[in-house]
Amino acid sequence: MAFLVALLTLVLLAVVVLVVGAPLRRAGRPDTSGRGASSTRALDDAPSRATSAGHGEDPGQMEDLEAAREAKYREIRDTELDYRTGKLSRQDYEAIDSDLRAEALALLNQLESSDRPSGATPSSGAEGDSLGMGRKNDADV
Amino acid sequence: MADLGFACLVLALVVCAYGIGASLYGVRSGRVEFSESGRRSVYALAGVLTVGMVVLEVAFLGNDFAFNTVADTSSRTTPALYRAAAVWSSQEGSLLLWAWLMSLWSSLALFLTRKRLRDVAAYATAIMLGFGGFFVALMVFYANPFQTTKPAPPEGVGLDPLLRFPTMMIHPPMLYSGYTLCTIPFAFGMGALLARRVDADWIKAIRRFAFAAWLFLGVGILLGALWSYSELGWGGYWGWDAVENASLMPWLTGTAFLHSLMIQEKRGMLKVWNVSLVLATGTLAIMGTFLVRSGILDSIHAFGGHTLGVPFVCLIAVMIAGSIYLVVSRREMLRSEHRLDSLLSRESIFLANNVVLVGLCFVILWGTYFPLISEALTGQEASVGPPWFDRYTVPLALILVLLSGIGPVIAWRRATLANGRRNFLVPVACGVLMLVVLEIAGVTQKPLALVMFCCAAFVFGSIGQEFFRGTRARRAMAGEPVPLALLGLVRRNRRRYGGYIVHIGITVLFVGVAASSSFQHASQLGLRPGQSTRVGSYEIRYVRPTATITPKYDEAHTGSTLSLGAILDVTKNGRHVATLNPSEGFYASGEASQGTVGSLIGGQPVSHVAMDASLTRNVWTAIEPDIETPSLKRIVSVGNSTLPAGEALVAVAYLARAYIQHPPPTQFNFLVSPLVFWIWIGGLIAAGGGLIALWPAPSTVRRRVRARSRARTLRGLARA
Repeated sequence: MAFLVALLTLVLLAVVVLVVGAPLRRAGRPDTSGRGASSTRALDDAPSRATSAGHGEDPGQMEDLEAAREAKYREIRDTELDYRTGKLSRQDYEAIDSDLRAEALALLNQLESSDRPSGATPSSGAEGDSLGMGRKNDADV
Repeated sequence: MADLGFACLVLALVVCAYGIGASLYGVRSGRVEFSESGRRSVYALAGVLTVGMVVLEVAFLGNDFAFNTVADTSSRTTPALYRAAAVWSSQEGSLLLWAWLMSLWSSLALFLTRKRLRDVAAYATAIMLGFGGFFVALMVFYANPFQTTKPAPPEGVGLDPLLRFPTMMIHPPMLYSGYTLCTIPFAFGMGALLARRVDADWIKAIRRFAFAAWLFLGVGILLGALWSYSELGWGGYWGWDAVENASLMPWLTGTAFLHSLMIQEKRGMLKVWNVSLVLATGTLAIMGTFLVRSGILDSIHAFGGHTLGVPFVCLIAVMIAGSIYLVVSRREMLRSEHRLDSLLSRESIFLANNVVLVGLCFVILWGTYFPLISEALTGQEASVGPPWFDRYTVPLALILVLLSGIGPVIAWRRATLANGRRNFLVPVACGVLMLVVLEIAGVTQKPLALVMFCCAAFVFGSIGQEFFRGTRARRAMAGEPVPLALLGLVRRNRRRYGGYIVHIGITVLFVGVAASSSFQHASQLGLRPGQSTRVGSYEIRYVRPTATITPKYDEAHTGSTLSLGAILDVTKNGRHVATLNPSEGFYASGEASQGTVGSLIGGQPVSHVAMDASLTRNVWTAIEPDIETPSLKRIVSVGNSTLPAGEALVAVAYLARAYIQHPPPTQFNFLVSPLVFWIWIGGLIAAGGGLIALWPAPSTVRRRVRARSRARTLRGLARA
């Protein structure tokens, strides 16, 4: 029993070392693909890091802009929902909506200026009105 | 196998230490591989602690009484399901559960954020590993769950009878999940301050875990209340016990945070407030854990015998000092980007809601800790009871319910008075109508309950109006039938409508609390068989006594040696309503000084309540049989002097028969409480709403929306 316990402990230790040390081994491995050190890191990293590493952009800033864009789209939808459920007058709605869309456009411009190939692509159902209607060229969700 | 378990703890400690170092080195030096290695340390910690949990579970299920925790909290007669849950009934086992759940949730959080918030996540990893290392160190140096005794005792003490209840199996894991999930936003909050990134991406990441913490903590609290009502013999579901309060406080600040986070997300405001709230929530969660393990409490929830107070005080001090330092030193980056556009706006309602929630938390904090601090300083016992708490929390709760009805009908940014008049018409009408109905029904003698019912009607009217108008608007645009339009409305606006459902659930819960506490009929008296009493509009007759002996006949697996009870017949206006069978279990004490017979039934008796529950009212009863009558005591005394231990049950059987044949007057506690069931229903509704709000949109929806938006953008660019 003592031998079994010792063996299991060693196995556990080995697994832990393998799991925890994997990134260090990968980083220390000589690069044979010809892609360079930064793309080796990108195996673990977000695609944005591999993309932005060559453009000198802070990937954290990119993620923040994307999150801010999603939040802005959500705010546009919420405002439309407020209007359609009678909480906002048409005048107030148009004024607020206009401000929000200008803010969204500024965010899109910031994103596009960082030369992302995907362009201004929102995620998690942000674009489009809150009721799923109202865009002539769009299929309903 | 105990050695394997302890080896897991030591390995876990080493992993935590390495992970903290690797994460901090990685983020400070920019060497991503070390940050990644630090993140994987959390995964490794989860794996190692899982092995430890499995070892302990196997020991419990296999009745390995060499393990001290198994011997202290389990026995061969404990049912397997309760043996599995007995792991966390001890200080040591519960520490392991805490650390294990923390490592699992931390692993999930880091996995979900593995491609974002790199610098923030690295600091958060170090902090989460710090928490993990703290709890593991407690186990390694103070409270080892894998401690053994040789030779192993042949039998264990058994599970505390009060814990032999189904909800008690799930209550600790849910509550601990809530507590441990609270540490994740704390870690990310600290990480964001350290990395100087309190921005939209941080909000997006932290919101999900704050919501999950709120959900699990809320369900855990509700399960505890259900256990209290269904198992303990006092007939209540909330006693303002210090440990109950300790779980409620982080839930309140977490609720405030979820609301004010929306303001930061939309308007870039309240950054200091939000960061402070998330740090306070994490600190309060640790303080709740501190209360039950510090030895300063004498409570059913407290783990007696060990005192881990000093290490916890040090940890809490570090958390508070670190939080204050970071918030103050980063105050420049936490400046608000905008100001309130209007006092008549959803933002200002959320602000008011935050003030009330934090106010509630402060009241409870004061009432909970002041007596403890006072006793520590003066040596004199001080107490703050339910009347004190009710005096301050009830008015605040009323305001909270009212605000939860006002918020949905006011727009973000600004609302006009004209719109306000139109939007408040239906909710106010509902409130007034409720008032009229209650006046007609004569339900006016409890003004606070009356106000709560009217506020609840206001909330139902307000939220009902929201669902109606939203569905109507969707139907107008899509021509969908009502059910599909409603479904589509909720699916596309999960956060908003999930939140509305939470509000409905909480309001229903408060209605149940107000009704059951304000309009309860109670009676405590002694009855003989054949006698009856009136409680409210119910007649309750004591039909006959009951007695069962030995665990063999113990259908509820209470583990009692002897169970004495009564058959009660409940009628209303001559019509039979229910038959109730409350009982009290008498347990073995293990005290040889009580004699061979006395030690079989000399342990702390535990009441097993009986109730008839319905949607409109509960009829609840508990019994206190008297086994100290001269005739019954004589049986025990004779048995002690004549019977060896192996035959002592014979005397218990005589005692049971004597109780049946010549039952003494028995003390009963009767309660008729209206609408108790709606407390649990309200909690379920709130949990369901929380799940809806938390649930992410399906990936197919995201891909379709992304594709549509890309196409629209390209068309726009082409035109430009």
